[in-house]
Amino acid sequence: MKAPATELDVRKDFPILHQEVHGRPLVYLDSAATSQKPQMVIDALADYYARDNANVHRGVHRLSERATEAYEGARARIQRFLKAAHPREIIFVRGTTEGINLVAQTYGRRTVGPGDEVVITALEHHSNIVPWQMLCEEKGAVLRVVPIGDAGEVDVDAYERLLGGRTRLVAVAHVSNALGTVVPVKRMIEAAHRRGIAVLVDGAQAAPHLRVDVRDLDCDFYTFSGHKTYGPTGIGVLYGKSELLEAMPPFLGGGDMIKSVSFEKTVYNDLPYKFEAGTPDIAGAIGLGAALQYLEGLGLDRIAAHEHALLVYGTERLSSLPGLRLVGTAREKASVLSFLVEGVHAHDVGSILDREGIAVRTGHHCAMPVMTRFDIAATTRASLGLYNRAEDIDALIEGLARVREIFG
Amino acid sequence: MTSELRDLYQQVILDHNRKPRNFRTLPDPSRTAEGYNPLCGDRLTVEIALDGEMIRDIGFQGSGCAISKASASMMTADLKGRTVAEAEQVFERFRAMLTQDGSETELGKLGVFAGVREFPSRIKCATLAWHTVHAALAGTAEPVTTE
Repeated sequence: MKAPATELDVRKDFPILHQEVHGRPLVYLDSAATSQKPQMVIDALADYYARDNANVHRGVHRLSERATEAYEGARARIQRFLKAAHPREIIFVRGTTEGINLVAQTYGRRTVGPGDEVVITALEHHSNIVPWQMLCEEKGAVLRVVPIGDAGEVDVDAYERLLGGRTRLVAVAHVSNALGTVVPVKRMIEAAHRRGIAVLVDGAQAAPHLRVDVRDLDCDFYTFSGHKTYGPTGIGVLYGKSELLEAMPPFLGGGDMIKSVSFEKTVYNDLPYKFEAGTPDIAGAIGLGAALQYLEGLGLDRIAAHEHALLVYGTERLSSLPGLRLVGTAREKASVLSFLVEGVHAHDVGSILDREGIAVRTGHHCAMPVMTRFDIAATTRASLGLYNRAEDIDALIEGLARVREIFG
Repeated sequence: MTSELRDLYQQVILDHNRKPRNFRTLPDPSRTAEGYNPLCGDRLTVEIALDGEMIRDIGFQGSGCAISKASASMMTADLKGRTVAEAEQVFERFRAMLTQDGSETELGKLGVFAGVREFPSRIKCATLAWHTVHAALAGTAEPVTTE
């Protein structure tokens, strides 16, 4: 098959890509684990520490004003990126995991009681399973799981049947990290809302690849990680509808999340600060803002088109290899090529590819129930970012020929 | 192909991966232990039939990568007929070979695993079966993990 013409030529923006690994040019196919960072993000971090570093929302001095301005500027950019109605609906967290835990420990603990139900799907990452298990265990509630089909698609009819009088919350991934499935979250949110049930969307694998519009989706909560979206590690975003966030108790207590404190009574701060106790990751937030500026500069639709063409090319090339089986063949997919090589364990595939300079993820991808669903222990996962090109897929195919050479 | 890869995937390792020896359950195990590598999901069960202090029979079951399967297979072949004390000694030498600059000379056939040293992320694959035997001989009830 003919390689797609490269839509984006951005490799020059990513210094890390220009190196050799084991004497071979690096081919980075692990963006679903973490994406690489453009120079613009690296510069934003360095500039902040070199020029503006100060604590936010406190000082009357110039540096603090600049730091606060940059930090709140990042929040406003994220608001626009998600199409949220207000900056106060954007809460900085450490990452998707913390975003989900925040909702479980505040909204969840207020809303879910004994005998109630929380609904998730069978393709969730551990971080969208365990916080709900913890909540259900504490409250004597029940975790219900929507099945997925052989292609890795959520059974939406089964989902609608699972929604019932005791369902208090739905938590679902927008894109599966292990399979690449794009989940029809809009339809699922509509179904939940008809029954008055709130929905949290885990957008960790979607925000880097799809255009996200939280008001169009009408989701109640949306959370994603900076480091998978070409930004720094340690920063992430929780979006929540104002009226829900207003009614929720704080998550962590401390400085910045209060208006006044006395030993008799503490008055909590307004949104979003009520949920941002302690000094936040200021540099991380600014770096994430720079990353989103970079993505918007390229154009989210162009990025999606580029990655989609590569995904189609990769799917066709991998499918043509004898003894190779793709796991996750949903009609709508993003970024992820998860596969099995007949007779060869994923770890062996990963080690051999590594020696060819190719970085992939091997294992259960923090989605052990997905592996159980397909009755496998592990897959090899190649995942795409906006800097990948057809040559990277070709290198992967050649690397897999080495695997065959060794294992026969 | 790099020479490190050739050293890792030697023919004898690939052969044991394809046709693992003692890949079976024992009718009368005196010791059993489960090993688990949470990083990759590899699981294996080792069963040992002791005759006094002597390992009369040993078998394993489970799934894993070529390195962990070949290591389990060659381990069982090596340990059959050894005393418990000898088995612990071999384990120590095997571990030293992989994690320090321990020598492979005293390890006989098990020396083929010396190539794993160049692949730090794979050392746990090679030692999983050994940790499991160690736990079985110590009578540990909890499954051992490599973490």
